[in-house]
This record gives sequence, structure tokens and C-alpha cells, in this order.
Amino acid sequence: MYAVRRWSVRHARGMELFYAGVERVMVALHPLWSRIGYQRLERPVAGVERIVKGFLFDCQMCGQCALSSTGMSCPMNCPKNLRNGPCGGVRANGHCEVSPEMKCVWVEAFHGSQRMVAGKEAIKVVQFAVDRRLQGRSTLLRIARDKAGVANPAMVKSP
Amino acid sequence: MKFDDEPVPGYPLPILPGHTSPGRLERLLRKGVFAVTSELDPPDSADPEDVYRRARVFDGYVDAINATDGSGANCHMSSLAVCALLTRVGYAPVMQIACRDKNRIAIQGDILGGAAMGVCNILCLTGDGVQAGDHPQAKPVFDLDCMSLLDIGRTLRDDHRFQSGRKITFAPRVFLGAAANPFGLPFEWRAERLAKKVQAGAQFIQTQYCYDVPRLREFMKKVEDLGLLGKVFILIGVGPLRSAKAGEWMRTNVPGIHIPDSIIRRVAGAEKQADEGRQVCVDLIQEIREIKGVSGIHVMAYRQEESVAEIIQKSGVLGSRVPWYPGRDKESTTSSPKETA
Repeated sequence: MYAVRRWSVRHARGMELFYAGVERVMVALHPLWSRIGYQRLERPVAGVERIVKGFLFDCQMCGQCALSSTGMSCPMNCPKNLRNGPCGGVRANGHCEVSPEMKCVWVEAFHGSQRMVAGKEAIKVVQFAVDRRLQGRSTLLRIARDKAGVANPAMVKSP
Repeated sequence: MKFDDEPVPGYPLPILPGHTSPGRLERLLRKGVFAVTSELDPPDSADPEDVYRRARVFDGYVDAINATDGSGANCHMSSLAVCALLTRVGYAPVMQIACRDKNRIAIQGDILGGAAMGVCNILCLTGDGVQAGDHPQAKPVFDLDCMSLLDIGRTLRDDHRFQSGRKITFAPRVFLGAAANPFGLPFEWRAERLAKKVQAGAQFIQTQYCYDVPRLREFMKKVEDLGLLGKVFILIGVGPLRSAKAGEWMRTNVPGIHIPDSIIRRVAGAEKQADEGRQVCVDLIQEIREIKGVSGIHVMAYRQEESVAEIIQKSGVLGSRVPWYPGRDKESTTSSPKETA
């Protein structure tokens, strides 16, 4: 929801903390996840992510969440799917050139990032091309698995 | 100016140490010469002569010609095809690639194909949304953004592989560019974004129209503070206003274009508004060239391309230099094939 999405950006600092916490818990619980089986968890976890992140950020389930690098403003809501900053067409009122009724996702992201700690620097790092195969999949499970150092059979990383 | 190792049209220049392309534009910029580029209005036709006619108006005044890729999301002859025609006779095009219409499979193919045909400069753009153009009913692609496109171009060139990791046997030797809008919101973020583009692989930048020199100065100062001068060549976009009304229309209807009231008033007050618009452009160029870190200008005179020569002439930025064009060195081009053969 648009209003909630903007609220989340205004509270980017809190969101950053919350996100980091959830991530830590997910990584810590890796032994449990692997016992249950990541494959089996994929659907329910992705479902929860879809609902929670969908509510908070209008998450589009790209499967490679960049929120902590984008001021807690989901870049996939940009009509051009920009992952690295605003295009040159931002309107004088800070709204989107494609959808004039909406505030530019990246103007929001910039302000959000200024409220964050790690996010302030993270927004300056280049985000590379999106892996479209991950669309609809859980980011948290992927992170838990990656950070625990286990290869993910569903995602063959390019070298 | 002519380099002593300048080959016949269609033949690449030798690549000097530290250079990535066999092109003239990179040579000039790295030599510290103030460069001039312009933009060709691609025809709505399949007649190659339409392309050549539009290129000839720049003869002797520009160092490279941008071939736009569906600019403003309007349908025209493709940038790849315009480049193919231009390189055939030796022009140095800047092939624009927009992420709006093609996915990474098509784009990487175009980079290889363009380079194979002699394209030495590639400008990586995100592109306007389809709603801006004549086919708003089209599907926007945006598989990549300008930043990941730059990264992919660099990977092809330097690592000799596709984004998938698969090897290529001969890398495209290209000079990679990107756009910047120093006048877009949020201002404080624009230089940072340029830094990101440099990080992603941009070697030169062509900016959006500049009508506000003080703001440009501020931007360039930030660019300098970020340590980017020397890492990237910045060409500032300029263009003549046809009339005050046209300027007014542009700034209200084209997002991202910023024209201060003073400029509009100056053009409106003139008897011949088009002449004054060109004079404003000349004055802007002269002011811009003095700014530290500016490597050249990019003249965008949409639908008034014939005025580019006059503007550049009046601005005096070329000095006594005559940029290469087909037929400039008549004798040497007819004799050199034997030498190089």
C-alpha cells in the first residue's frame, strides 16, 4: 500500500534494525532450516515474505531484496525497475515521470538512506543485473543458505 | 586534426596503451582536446540516404555522432542500423542503447554486432518509459538498468565473457559512456549517482540539456570533490531553443529538463527568437567550457540539426581544428588503402 510504503521509508532506521535482526535469526537457524529442507520451506516462507513485505514495502518479490541498500524503498516499484538511483526524469515535485501520481521511488530511497546507518553507504554501491529466475522466491531463505555457506541448487550463480 | 596513424574510413585506429577503443573520440578526450558531439535525428524511413543526409550537416563540426535508440520512446530506425550505415563511410558514431526495448540477450548481441561494424563508443541508457512515446501500448522491457548495462558492457570488453559467464572469442573494443542529469532531483544525489556510473564502468558522460550554469558549476564541484575528474570525461549537453514558447513547453512537459526563467525571458524578448535561442546556446557553450572538469559539449538540436554547425562555429570551441568527416582528406584517403594494404 502506497501510504504504508512511504511510512516504512520514513522509519527506515527502525526497518534497518528489524531487517538486520530477522536476517541474523534466519542465518542462526540454518541448521533447523536444513533439517526441515529449504525446498520444503520455500513456499511457506516466500508466502509470509510476500504478505509482510508486500504490506510494508509493496514488495514485488524479485527474490533478491535490496531494501537495505535502497533506503527501504523497494526499487522494483520503479516503473523502469531501476536498481541504482533515479532516472533523469524526476518531476519538479519529486514525483515519477511515468506515474505522476506516485513519489519517485528513488527520491524516497535517497531520503530513507539518509536515516539509516549502513544504508547511507550501501546506497552508493552498484547493484548488478537482477536474476529474473529468482522472481517469487524467498530472499531470506536464500540469504540464510548463502551466509551459512551452503550452495543453493536453485540458483546457479554466474561466476 | 589528423592523427599520423589515422587509417582509411572503416579501419580502426591502433589502440594506444591505456585506451580501450580504436575510436577517435577516446583519442581526443584522452589527449585533452575539447570534444564536440551531436545527435542525429534517426529517420522514419528505410532509406540509407536519409541517414547520410542527416549526418552530412555535421561535417567538419563534430567528433562523434550519437545514434539515438528510440529516443523519447518514439519509433525510428534503430541505433544499430544507423551506426552500421555511419561506420561504413567512416563516421564515428556513439551507439545509444536503451534498456527499455531489449533484454540482456538482445543487448549483448548488439554490443558485439556494433563493435564488429566499427562502433567504438556506446552510450548506456535506461531509456524513457513507453508512456512518453508514440507507442504507449508497448511492453516496457527494462531487464537491465543503465548501471547493469555498463557493467555488462565492461564484462564483455575486459573479461571477454557474457553476463552468463560464457566466453567470447573476440572482445568488443569500446569506449563506454552514460548519461547524467545534473539538474534532476534529488540534486544532492546526482554527483553520487555519477560516481556509481563510473564505478559500473562509465568512461565518458553526456549530460542532459544545460541551461543553468550556476547549478552545473555546483554539480561539477561535487564531482571534483568525489575525485571523479580524471576518471571520466564529461560532455555537457546543450541545445538551441527555437522560441520562448518551445522552451516553456519543454520545461513543463519533458520531465528532467530545467530551464531558468531568465533564459526564457531573454529569448522571449528578442525580435527573432530562433536567432536569440542559438545565441543563448553559443553563450552557454562559452561559459561551460571554462568550467573545470568539462571535457566537451554534446549539442542536441532536435529537428534543427542544421543550426549545429553555426553554433559550434560561433562558439569557437574547435579553434582551428576541423573534425574528420568523409572526404576531408581527399588525397590521403584515396592513396592510403595501398599503404595500409
